[in-house]
Amino acid sequence: MSLYDKTAHELHELLTTKKISAAELTADVFARVDEMENKVHAYLTLTRAEAEATAKRVDEKISRGEKIFPLEGIPCAIKDNICTKGIRTTCASKILENFIPPYDATAYQKLLAQNAVIVGKANLDEFAMGSSTENSGFHTTHNPHDLERVPGGSSGGSSAAVAGGEAIYALGSDTGGSIRQPASFCGVVGFKPTYGRVSRYGLVAFASSLDQIGPLTRDVTDCALVLNAICGHDEMDSTSTAAPVPDFTKSLVADVKGLKIGLPKEYFVKGIDPEIEAAVHAVAKKFEELGAQIVEISLPHTEYAIATYYLIAPAEAATNLERYDGVSYGARVDGADVVEMMTNTRTEKFGAEVKRRIMIGNYALSAGYYDAYYLKALKVRTLIQKDFTDAFEKLDLILTPTTPNVAFKIGEMVSDPLQMYLQDICTVPVNLAGLPGISVPCGVTKNNLPLAFQLIGKALDEEILLRAAFTYESLR
Amino acid sequence: MKISEQDIKTVASLSRLRIREDEAQDVLFQLNKILTYVENLQALDTTNVEPTTYALPMQNVFRADKVKPSLDRELALSNAPLKEDGYFKVPRVLEV
Repeated sequence: MSLYDKTAHELHELLTTKKISAAELTADVFARVDEMENKVHAYLTLTRAEAEATAKRVDEKISRGEKIFPLEGIPCAIKDNICTKGIRTTCASKILENFIPPYDATAYQKLLAQNAVIVGKANLDEFAMGSSTENSGFHTTHNPHDLERVPGGSSGGSSAAVAGGEAIYALGSDTGGSIRQPASFCGVVGFKPTYGRVSRYGLVAFASSLDQIGPLTRDVTDCALVLNAICGHDEMDSTSTAAPVPDFTKSLVADVKGLKIGLPKEYFVKGIDPEIEAAVHAVAKKFEELGAQIVEISLPHTEYAIATYYLIAPAEAATNLERYDGVSYGARVDGADVVEMMTNTRTEKFGAEVKRRIMIGNYALSAGYYDAYYLKALKVRTLIQKDFTDAFEKLDLILTPTTPNVAFKIGEMVSDPLQMYLQDICTVPVNLAGLPGISVPCGVTKNNLPLAFQLIGKALDEEILLRAAFTYESLR
Repeated sequence: MKISEQDIKTVASLSRLRIREDEAQDVLFQLNKILTYVENLQALDTTNVEPTTYALPMQNVFRADKVKPSLDRELALSNAPLKEDGYFKVPRVLEV
């Protein structure tokens, strides 16, 4: 019996009924890793010894007749920008190639508290800047559905690991779509919680007002289980919300009767893949058949979202990445004096996309340009957020494509950064507004590539997204 | 052209980055393309629009002023490229 392609909730059932052991499960997933990894390259670091030790602990607990947590003994992948004490955390950057965090990220700590089995650290675009993992300082991850294609990014190692059977679920991070887009490219569920729902403590900062950790899973039930584990206030992150965390599994109800779902015309952009457009309209029709009301809406500032995002995110990144100066941690390349040492270190160890964003950010923040670029973007951010606030006065959720294209070929877009940025049109507005969003698989193209739709909810209303996604998944 | 070769040299220097001669043209081309694209924001009238830095309303967060254990010094230094006697070591900053 293969175990690596099951969901966490199925495996939990098999563990608690003693049909399988955690050790068997871990061995099965690592056997799959051995089989797939030389083709998919989802991981930067594998943590087999730690995984086996945890599995042993879980089996002892089960044999003593103790109750186990929903994610206990379940193998998962952690995106390599999430700090894991004692385990190398690189952000897929040469500058952190040998960085061993002295502490755990809170979200990871919460999984450890459930005795989650960590398979390894998943690949990403360097510092989470990218949409394909091609910006990784180490290697490109390949999409398990078609090895010539990208898995999406930046959480492409996480999505490929889950899709390829190399982990049951994964943690990713989403600054402008970095969970939802790779989830859609790999045919898995990806959830970006409301800004502040999950602590960012120990998540290596890219754009602090946009970054959020979230799950990539095989189904909506697993998504709720991981959210239950990782959400909640954390005194180590002053931007984490004190709002009470519901039991998200209570939202796994197959019923959308009476829900008002908006379909924003601006998200069906010129050049969108017709198969995606048709798939999302079919999903709308399905929701309508199930008793929801579909309303055509307009979010008029959508066309400004990419420009807004690609000023705000690089400005925050330029500031956050100042810390890589060759002094307190990370790589150092020597120089005659301090400035030369810092310049040598950053020039040699950062990749091209990271440097590009640092320069855009510092340009947008510099004297004489601050008002025209950065401040202007912050004001447009207000307008984008207001579009959503106005729309949600009459709606429960919004249905859109996750991406305008399915997984593209490796190398197809690397030479044109702007073209790559434009891929983020359906996902970045959600981060700018701080809202929760989920990407849900909805079939495949005629070439067998995964299709997906996105649902966007009101701030802190993750529950309605889970309910609608669960309904679609169970009744489609 | 939004940005000149000289502007790029300045912003690179502010960013503690060096642009190699053989990549200067490509960097100039890509940054100009991106900065031209983001110009579309100028078409919007944002008079009387307040800037948003954080999407959710947030206030100052305070905690009790209590002494708690902090990161162990050796651990804090454990990733330092160069250290000596419990300090980070850097190239000479001041001329003697």
